[in-house]
Amino acid sequence: MSILNRLKIGLQKTRFNFMGKVEQLFYRDAIDEEFYEELEELLISGDIGIKSTMEICDQLRQGAREKKIREPQELKEYLKKLLLESLNTGSSALATSTDGPTVILVLGVNGAGKTTTIGKLAHSYVQKGHKVLLAAGDTFRAAAIYQLEIWAARAGADLIKHQPGADPSAVFYDAINAARARGADIVLGDTAGRLQTKVNLMEELKKIHRVLQKSLPGAPHEVLLVIDATTGQNGISQAKLFHEAVPLTGLVLTKLDGTAKGGIIIAIKRELGLPVKLIGVGEGIEDLQPFEPQSFIEALFSLDKEQNTK
Amino acid sequence: MFPALSEKLQSALRNLRSKGKLTEKDVTAALREVRLALLDADVNYKVVKDFINKVKERSIGEEVMKSLTPGQQVVKIVNEEMTQLMGGFNDKLKISSKLPTVVMLVGLQGSGKTTTAVKLAKYLQKNGHTPLIAACDIYRPAAIKQLEVLGRENELPIFSMGEQEPVNIAKGALKEARKKGADFLLLDTAGRLHVDEQLMEELANIKRHIQPTEILLVVDAMTGQDAVNVAESFHQQLTLTGVILTKLDGDSRGGAALSVKAVTGCPIKFVGLGEKVTAFEPFHPDRMASRILGMGDILSLIEKAEASLDKEKGRELEKKLRNEQFTFEDFLDQLQQIKKIGPLEQIMEMLPGVGGVSKQLKKLSVDEKQLVHVEAIINSMTKEERLKPEIINSSRRKRIARGSGTSVQNVNQLLKQFGQMKKMFKQMSRNKGKFLRGRRGFFP
Repeated sequence: MSILNRLKIGLQKTRFNFMGKVEQLFYRDAIDEEFYEELEELLISGDIGIKSTMEICDQLRQGAREKKIREPQELKEYLKKLLLESLNTGSSALATSTDGPTVILVLGVNGAGKTTTIGKLAHSYVQKGHKVLLAAGDTFRAAAIYQLEIWAARAGADLIKHQPGADPSAVFYDAINAARARGADIVLGDTAGRLQTKVNLMEELKKIHRVLQKSLPGAPHEVLLVIDATTGQNGISQAKLFHEAVPLTGLVLTKLDGTAKGGIIIAIKRELGLPVKLIGVGEGIEDLQPFEPQSFIEALFSLDKEQNTK
Repeated sequence: MFPALSEKLQSALRNLRSKGKLTEKDVTAALREVRLALLDADVNYKVVKDFINKVKERSIGEEVMKSLTPGQQVVKIVNEEMTQLMGGFNDKLKISSKLPTVVMLVGLQGSGKTTTAVKLAKYLQKNGHTPLIAACDIYRPAAIKQLEVLGRENELPIFSMGEQEPVNIAKGALKEARKKGADFLLLDTAGRLHVDEQLMEELANIKRHIQPTEILLVVDAMTGQDAVNVAESFHQQLTLTGVILTKLDGDSRGGAALSVKAVTGCPIKFVGLGEKVTAFEPFHPDRMASRILGMGDILSLIEKAEASLDKEKGRELEKKLRNEQFTFEDFLDQLQQIKKIGPLEQIMEMLPGVGGVSKQLKKLSVDEKQLVHVEAIINSMTKEERLKPEIINSSRRKRIARGSGTSVQNVNQLLKQFGQMKKMFKQMSRNKGKFLRGRRGFFP
């Protein structure tokens, strides 16, 4: 199944709820205040946030004026373009190290889907012929290490673990050394879920980051923040505070197979410039895909009318 | 992210101080701010719409209380309506007449069901119950093990049967609970999407066979607009009896709570507030209302203060605070008055704009137990010492420590804290001069 199809299926519900209505909206007769009001509501209902929504609506208004757009359908194309520009940052490919193993650190709040993402990511790297090593950096949550162990076995990756309660930095230190010794070229680092407001836990992240930098120059090559697609406006705070603690390189948007819209990524991109690199669209080990803004937007808008009236 | 709503409202209504009534236009302007705050707090946009209409109706034409400015009046109505919308009061767990009372926990992946199951069990245990938790999540890797580890760490009995059909595990657990005489059985189910028909049917099947007294939806406080879809869907298929809101210890406003209650009508029964197993409380709608609005709970503070404080004394104190004539004598007096209102930290939390000084407050770290010591220390001072703490030299310190049954360190600490507090009040009266003046006599 092609990536586009999978994405489409994963996003189907999103489209029914969100863009389905957008489609209806753009079949209205005229662009008036009511139109913009409805559009505003729709964007907000997609968790895009009040600030970004207002900015987008303003841009649309201005664009409509300047380009003399009078047909809703034309405006739709313009909105698509705007959203696409909002999200476009070139390639979503993950960085690779040319010198020694590539280290990818995965962060996020509790329950965002970090461990699952790592399991899926490990699988995808192993499938591509890489030798993958997982670092069980969540030493806090009960049985988190065991959970990662199961994923490692499923994906066919190695695992470095310590006892529950151990210092996660030590786990990463060992993992880097083990990766070198065993010739693993990908190291995926799991971390414990933490709310971005917990100062001591954010300090712990900084330490992990320092240890990684010291153990391997250039590491971590990717620092990915996992965000649950159901997340609301708190997502901005998450991205902001995690980014302040450890410089992020991108986002992973998980659980997109539900009815949540994940619109928060638009707000995060606009406010912090952080791109989405991967999306999770299901529970299977294959259900992790590179994020492609073009396909994302196209998939959102490619509803035909029959689906629309359902 | 959003400046305190009360401040915004104040500025929106600044020109209205002299007016006795609010015009429709004023209210509309103020409610625009409310709307933005609610949307920013992730309250569902449909719920916001209805809510704003309701508040508007009430606000227009209602007479303004003499002591409050129109702005505050709107805040009060908003707060009241919101509290009402969230159920008004705390809703307790229902108890089945036939033991055990079965509580089923359901929700999306990662909402915090397993942690909540353990917290709830601990909470019940503390209140004299004998809960049993059944591990019905057979899908997530290591979920059963997680529960077993948590059970061991927290001395809670866990029932597991490995990866069998969840309904059979639930049946087995029920038998076990009866045998053991457990009065509560908590079913920890696997996280699932509300659109996953197969897994939703699995829950419906458990419900049919076990007939739980409570089916609680566990909702992450950080959930956005989709919360209503999730809740509606779960409610439709299972008829929920309540909601537990988790991860409220972060900085999310938790507007999902309001949406879920408004859409399903199910009361929020508990909130999870941290990583610790004890960080779990019954839900209070009024506190949540203030949180969503991003303002201190100034109204309940005013009400509480009005009910328990001597206004005359309050005015006197305010003068002293501003003139930096605050002494231990006043402090003692305040301690006694404040104790009537409630825990000190809670009072500070209720103050809007205290955010900036909260770090200093933490340094002070006043807890109730310490207050007893503080009182004893002050009581051991002579009148002169209370009025002029700078005369307290080391021999006086020793005497005070002996007299109060504390140590010299404690006395030193109090003296230092008193100095800091004076500084802080000075700051507050400078920064928040408006606050003190605007509520003459209300501030303790």
